[in-house]
Amino acid sequence: MDFAIANDTLSSDDTPLAHDPAPAHLVVIGNGMAGCRAVEELIARDAGRYRVTIFGAEPRVNYNRIMLSPVLAGEKSFDDIVINDRAWYADNGIELVAGDPVVAIDRKTKTVTARSGRVTPYDKLLIATGSDPFIIPVPGKDLPGVISFRDMDDVDRMLAAAEGGGDAVVIGGGLLGLEAAHGLTLRGMKVTVVHLMRTLMERQLDEAAGWLLKSALEGRGQTILTGADTAEIVGDGKVEGVRLKDGRTIPASLVVMAVGIRPSVALAREAGLAVGRGIQVDDHMVTSDADVLAVGECVEHDGNVYGLVAPLWDMCRALADGLVEQHSGYRGSVTSTKLKVAGLDVFSAGEFGGDEGCEDIVLRDASRGVYKRVVVRDDRVVGAVLYGDTTDGGWYFDLLKRGEDISTVRDMLIFGQSFASGGGQSDPKAAVAALSDDAEICGCNGVNKGKVVACITGGAATLDAVRAGCKASASCGSCTGLVESLLAVTLGEDYVGERTTRTMCKCTSFGHDDVRRAIVERGFREIPQVMQELSWSTPDGCASCRPALNYYLLCALPGEYVDDQQSRFVNERLHANIQKDGTYSVVPRMWGGITTPGELRAIADVVEKYDAPMVKVTGGQRLDIFGIKKEDLPAVWADLNAAGMVSGHAYGKALRTVKTCVGSEWCRFGTQDSTGLGIKIERMTWGSWMPHKFKIAVSGCPRNCAEATIKDFGIVCVDSGYELHVGGNGGIKVRATDLLCKVSTEQEAMDYCAAFIQLYREEARYLERTAPWIERVGLEHIIAKVVEDEVGREALRSRFLFSQSFCQDDPWAARAAGAEREQHAHMAEFKPLAVEVLA
Amino acid sequence: MIGEWLDIGWLHQIPLRGSRTIPVEGGEEIAVFRTSDNRVFALANRCPHKGGPLSQGIVHGHSVACPLHNWNIALTTGEAQGGDKGCTPTIPVKVDAGRVLLCRASTLRAAA
Repeated sequence: MDFAIANDTLSSDDTPLAHDPAPAHLVVIGNGMAGCRAVEELIARDAGRYRVTIFGAEPRVNYNRIMLSPVLAGEKSFDDIVINDRAWYADNGIELVAGDPVVAIDRKTKTVTARSGRVTPYDKLLIATGSDPFIIPVPGKDLPGVISFRDMDDVDRMLAAAEGGGDAVVIGGGLLGLEAAHGLTLRGMKVTVVHLMRTLMERQLDEAAGWLLKSALEGRGQTILTGADTAEIVGDGKVEGVRLKDGRTIPASLVVMAVGIRPSVALAREAGLAVGRGIQVDDHMVTSDADVLAVGECVEHDGNVYGLVAPLWDMCRALADGLVEQHSGYRGSVTSTKLKVAGLDVFSAGEFGGDEGCEDIVLRDASRGVYKRVVVRDDRVVGAVLYGDTTDGGWYFDLLKRGEDISTVRDMLIFGQSFASGGGQSDPKAAVAALSDDAEICGCNGVNKGKVVACITGGAATLDAVRAGCKASASCGSCTGLVESLLAVTLGEDYVGERTTRTMCKCTSFGHDDVRRAIVERGFREIPQVMQELSWSTPDGCASCRPALNYYLLCALPGEYVDDQQSRFVNERLHANIQKDGTYSVVPRMWGGITTPGELRAIADVVEKYDAPMVKVTGGQRLDIFGIKKEDLPAVWADLNAAGMVSGHAYGKALRTVKTCVGSEWCRFGTQDSTGLGIKIERMTWGSWMPHKFKIAVSGCPRNCAEATIKDFGIVCVDSGYELHVGGNGGIKVRATDLLCKVSTEQEAMDYCAAFIQLYREEARYLERTAPWIERVGLEHIIAKVVEDEVGREALRSRFLFSQSFCQDDPWAARAAGAEREQHAHMAEFKPLAVEVLA
Repeated sequence: MIGEWLDIGWLHQIPLRGSRTIPVEGGEEIAVFRTSDNRVFALANRCPHKGGPLSQGIVHGHSVACPLHNWNIALTTGEAQGGDKGCTPTIPVKVDAGRVLLCRASTLRAAA
């Protein structure tokens, strides 16, 4: 670039001056967007009032830093992003000292010193040093090949690295990091993004939008690792890879560090100016020294530091007004982010968590990949997150900034400005009534209003009838509200508005079976994906749907799905049973209810060592140790593990216990080895997650001492074989089992047991025990699948055993070895001074 | 010099949609929550219903479901939601440069 000359001086001190006497000298430190914009604003007000000198660290004219991404991506050249070329400096009599950064400010003598030693006096000084990239302090951060993404030099370095292709790692999944990753991908590198948080761009996007972004970027060939903490950048003399704290190493010939920026305040701090997070300024951008001003990303105004471009324009306006004695003042900025990452539209503004009294309005259009969320408080928009369709971002942002009362358009707000301001006005029914017959209602199935109305007038009086009749709202469900409005408009008072199937929870219009079918048929793999594709009305579900979705995914994707701990009820998260006082009870597994002196000693030792106030023999023939604190659980488990015992899963929607009687080995009535079979079955089934808890018993004769006929799966041994019973329950509503069938060998008993469990796992709704499940679907259905269909039974059994191959790791052993340590430890402890407590 | 805010650790030490606890000597344990939108809330670790440890509940939106009887408590106000009545004390909390800060005075009051 021909203007990139180090230590270049583009105009000289003898530039003709317009004003007499000699105008005051304004020295600007920083030739970036803020510094130059401030000068532009000043010139627009009073061109001759100041003589201007601008110092820039980079040997370049002023360019648009936020356009570095398109340069990296090859969409623009450097020339395209120049804001002010050298002619601008010359025409306005501005001296540009490029490539010679200011290294010191002396406020007493009112001079600045540049790196070359050049001393320049000022009357007014403007600091516009912007921000510095934050470099995470890991070993290897200084290796050649580790760069930030902040200026044109960085871009040049990335382009040079990309010429050879190969692997790049971008550390940081924020805006800057994703843009770097996109550019490098387009330049032919294989890019991995390493992001500390679980959600990409977590400061701008909520989890749902972050998930959409992640899957779209993955679709473009990038590898996105979230929740990934960098331990070290490895390499001998140059970068060779990035090692994560979990031990993985990702090869890389280029590492881009884009974890964030910090206001560049070193100069100001050394000069003794008031500095907080940034250089502190008043409403006129004046620092603690009346002759020193500051503007842009390096300042802190009213406690706020801004890293976006929009606030900068307001600051420069206020600054220039102040410099020409027409004070207007800067009052802070409300910021929004609207951007394109890899061609994907993303927008966010305001608060999208919301405070007290906030309401979320969510619209998901799975077929178009759109997610829209508007946060409303007291009839005013306070935040918005848009993904995929950001057309209305500006409108929401405008409503937000003006604090406009949106009560009249509230029902239509989420559909956007054209809809809300159109024929509908305040009444969604009127809006729907005003739609033409050609208007598309259901995008998934291409159903227009005319067809839906025809279906309703043809006799479909409920949502389900419409779904069955014309397929509207039968796929993603996002048009459910519109279809209901059409029912109301068309049927008038005849529309009762009831749904025939119960929905899973208030977050969705689908029932359990619909959700489950969609997960399997459409291959959903993560909770946020299910919520997006099925148009959940809440950002992250509720305590009812999250555990259910976690289970359904776990069941559908054995060995692949990563269990979401935060979607588990506390007992399954802590592998123990919470009690009313917040302590836990611990039940070690005793296979088939058989124990040994060694196990009993270990249990007794634990009880004494951890002061457990009670030990109880349970109904399932186990010992339950009460009153253990969550902090002590890993140590308790370690002690029990040492004696050979594993988790009893007494806390889970899982296989609980296999209860047995002593059977033919001891009992004079025993017909078969019921304890032996019980142990075999428990070895086969332990560790499996189920829709609800699952209990098994094996009785050695029809006297049924193990009470097998009130279990989910019960075996009653007889002389000629084994009677298999299903669907019993000894709970609130006692239900005796139904006889499934009779088999002649132990192996058959076990095979039928595995097949029955898998059928239950795959077909029952979450939190539905076998008893109500069988009453709902009918015993004939179970018999058809498990008894009569031999091939189907074998398939069920193999799916169960396959799933089990991933489930039979003792969760206690992992915890005892230190996994999930933070779940058992306090974050901090606070011991106030005694005197304070008294005060 | 005793500051107004107690620095209890990094934001990322609290699992997303999860909670951590801070015992207060001579007083009531505090639960610090982090919601899916990365906001932080602090409440006494006690459900207004039967005293269940809210820190062990499922965090969804800006609410937590108590692990004992599934009462939903608003993290913003500590109020029970839906048809349930009751309120858990909240403690002002903020995040500065990734550090989680608890209001010292309110922590002491909750402890007293």
